[in-house]
Amino acid sequence: MLHYEAVIGLEVHVQLKTRTKLLTRAPYRYGEEPNTLTDEVVLGLPGTLPVLNKAAILKAVQVGCMFGCEIARRCKWDRKNYFYPDAPKNYQVSQLDEPLCKGGFVEIELEGSARNIQGGHRRVALNRIHVEEDVGKLTHGSDGSTVDFNRAGVPLIEIVSEPDMHSAEEVFAYLKSLEMHLRAVGASDCDMEKGQMRCDANVSIRAMGSTALGTKVELKNLNSISGVCNGVRHEIQRQICATEAGEAIVQETRRWDAEKNNSTSMRSKESAHDYRYFTDPDLFPITLSEAQIEEQRKQVPELPFAKQERYLTTLHLPYTVTSVLCPDKRLSDFFEATQALYTKNPLSTANWIANDLLRETGNQPWEALKLTPQHLAELVRLVDEGVLSKQSAKEVFFAAFQTGEMPSKIVKDKGLEVSVDTDALRTLCEEVIAAFPKPVAEYRAGKEKALNVLKGQLMKRTQGKVPVSAIEKVLAECLKG
Amino acid sequence: MEEETLFLPLEQLVAGLNEKRFSSEELTKAYIERTKRLEPEIKAFLSFDEEKTLREARASDERRSQGRLLSEYDGIPIGLKDIFSEKGQPLTCASKMLEHYVSPYDATVVERLKAAGMVLFGRLNMDEFAMGSSCENSAFQMTRNPWNTKCIPGGSSSGSAAAVAAGELPLALGTDTGGSVRQPAALCGVVGIKPTYGRISRYGIAAFGSSLDQAGVLARTVLGAAAILKLLCGADPKDATSARKEVPDFCKEIQNNRGKKWTLGVPEEYFGDGLDPEVKEAVLAAVDFYKQQGYTIKPIRLKTLEYGISAYYIIATAEASSNLARYDGVRYTYRSPNAKTTEEMFSLSRSEGFGSEVKRRILLGLYVLSSGEYDAYYYDKAQKVRRLVYNDFAEAFESVDAIVTPTSPTPATKIGAKSTPLSVYLSDIYTVSVSLAGLPGISLPCGFTQSNLPIGLQLIGKPFDEGTLLSIAEAFEEGHDFLERRSRV
Repeated sequence: MLHYEAVIGLEVHVQLKTRTKLLTRAPYRYGEEPNTLTDEVVLGLPGTLPVLNKAAILKAVQVGCMFGCEIARRCKWDRKNYFYPDAPKNYQVSQLDEPLCKGGFVEIELEGSARNIQGGHRRVALNRIHVEEDVGKLTHGSDGSTVDFNRAGVPLIEIVSEPDMHSAEEVFAYLKSLEMHLRAVGASDCDMEKGQMRCDANVSIRAMGSTALGTKVELKNLNSISGVCNGVRHEIQRQICATEAGEAIVQETRRWDAEKNNSTSMRSKESAHDYRYFTDPDLFPITLSEAQIEEQRKQVPELPFAKQERYLTTLHLPYTVTSVLCPDKRLSDFFEATQALYTKNPLSTANWIANDLLRETGNQPWEALKLTPQHLAELVRLVDEGVLSKQSAKEVFFAAFQTGEMPSKIVKDKGLEVSVDTDALRTLCEEVIAAFPKPVAEYRAGKEKALNVLKGQLMKRTQGKVPVSAIEKVLAECLKG
Repeated sequence: MEEETLFLPLEQLVAGLNEKRFSSEELTKAYIERTKRLEPEIKAFLSFDEEKTLREARASDERRSQGRLLSEYDGIPIGLKDIFSEKGQPLTCASKMLEHYVSPYDATVVERLKAAGMVLFGRLNMDEFAMGSSCENSAFQMTRNPWNTKCIPGGSSSGSAAAVAAGELPLALGTDTGGSVRQPAALCGVVGIKPTYGRISRYGIAAFGSSLDQAGVLARTVLGAAAILKLLCGADPKDATSARKEVPDFCKEIQNNRGKKWTLGVPEEYFGDGLDPEVKEAVLAAVDFYKQQGYTIKPIRLKTLEYGISAYYIIATAEASSNLARYDGVRYTYRSPNAKTTEEMFSLSRSEGFGSEVKRRILLGLYVLSSGEYDAYYYDKAQKVRRLVYNDFAEAFESVDAIVTPTSPTPATKIGAKSTPLSVYLSDIYTVSVSLAGLPGISLPCGFTQSNLPIGLQLIGKPFDEGTLLSIAEAFEEGHDFLERRSRV
């Protein structure tokens, strides 16, 4: 039996997060009443004309810079003509042969051998990124269809990869990386459920070792990242089965049905659209100066993978924590801000954020957060300085999270400050030393780690209320005897 | 008020208002009376909101009494071709497709007329979606030529030209994609100017061929056209293709240029086969007039003339096929009651809502844009021809200040006389190249045929040099008395 290699390219549409639409100043926000975010231009009323939103173009340039694309100094706008009730003008302003960005790549992280082990990295080549306008949204009901034009005219970038992925896993890593990077530059929130990111996949297979491209099938209606992966995985299998059965793969567009875990043919190559592209006479080509492009390049922040590398190598954070912090700009921003206030314990800071903060915020809107980096920096410091025990710290964190009170005040109000009764602790230490002669002997024989048993016993007996630093100090004194 | 007053040139109407010989309301009422009397014969108006018009006139009189005039032309009535969006007014484009559409916003030019305090006087008939040059393509009515009601008024700004010629109005706005202001002006014996592409914002004007469409002014005199043109021109943030060029005071330029002896080019290609002998004679007589005035007359060549019409009909129809795609039965347009599916909603609404000429041009446009089996790329080729046409003119303008040609190869023909679409398309031959090159062009009366039909003279100018063009036109007007002639109606 032959071995096959899948070849996959993705076309990803991403809504740019701009205040206004691509060709008019009508605003856009997700989830508003239907047809309230429109104007005469969005609705394509007779006589209306487009005016380009410069902020959208510059944002797209920034995305291009981030992915190492070549940015066009001049690019034109084309009309893509087709009739559909969600398109107010029955054409879409897009870019056919002069995209804003060419080439470039998206770095992806492949799966590691275990959850806590970093996977290898590779680059997925991009073909282009171009800018276009979104269309409205159709809803089909039993008594007819309705259309909401709120979304119509929202700026989109279409990120077209080369056929450079070979498995559903790579597709997953690619989409995750896109999401992470686009969020990092604030280009989009990339929420697929809200339609902020949409993906079509081109899939073909070939005999392993071959360099020729097979007949490609386009998959549509892939509505989540896992949906894309399932759809692609299924399509690869479908094509392998068909080929094994001696059937030819037909160039077609197939619609993925996530519920049925199956795809059905939408249209064949013969019935493919003729979009009758031509240069939009209402928009002159745009030109970008070197300085304008350079300014966008400068605004690209430290990218997630670079950040992760820095956390791993200079802050010595464990991989698992970095893999939580780095893809999420909000978490890594919070971490950096806390670090800036208190640098002595990055691991503790990172753990608070990656575990407690992330868990507590859950699906709450980040904007409503009462806990700030000031709170966390103070909390970590209080623990480090032995003012607060680890166990009480959890309580203080929770209180600060809910009320926004500073940890020092909470500690004071609740009387959580550690007051170590050194005499009582010494008595406890002596009891434990007497009760566990074996680890004591081992310790005295030079085995440092044996002490952990004693420490554990002491923490248990002090119910975690005494800081480890105090326990260590007194225990050491007792052992010296 | 005497009927003669209604035929006065703009500056004298302004003087009449200033000297309180009549109020804006009186003037407007007089035009309304005359319009009501003539409309059964002329049929220039598609709709007329009398109450609104009089309200605007009274508001102007109110401003005048308070000394708060918005401009020199405050209180002067002006008509709009039914292609300009005016808030709260119908915008039909003379199409069944938009029969019940009311615009919720003002076109930029309408905003500017309002800001000048002008009285917006009715909605004027046209060829459907500005496609045609006879008015025979209006879905609603056939506007008549006031000089002979058996004849076409020209088009597509048919109602605008006929209403001004008949004295129903002193001024009107039209649009010109391939000659739609100049040709009806010629056929109705009035002045019609289309400025350089980009001079006037296209925002709010239902699009036909976006890279060619320009608003224009129809008036009884060159000075009148110049005055209104000045109001309309200038960059508009809502139209990315509007030119960021300074707008001179055209009337002042005309005054400053009086007595100047310009150099005029006469292209031999524009006087060849197909040109009516009476038109030829009148236009050559005009050339002679200039010569006698001391102008330098220079024979020139514009070899691309014959290719212009093909390139024009490819570009204009391609753009139209896309521009008119929005009229689909989904929202504000005609929707076929026979449609059962989405597909039918599109196809039947468009089949039933558009007239045959519009459908013909949309089909042409779809065809030239299609990436067919042989990949013809008609559109790209036509754009190259367009460049050549422009170069042709640019070369000529190295040695002349303006070019003189006939506006239309024939005077107004009888309604229904031109039977094939091609014969209709060819009547645009002298005007489309000017549009392709984006140049300013003006048509003004230069004589009459033996059967008393007006003949138009076309002057073509350099880009953004409307001032020179208007000055040369005015010199001709000054030396003739065509203004004294009245149409038969």
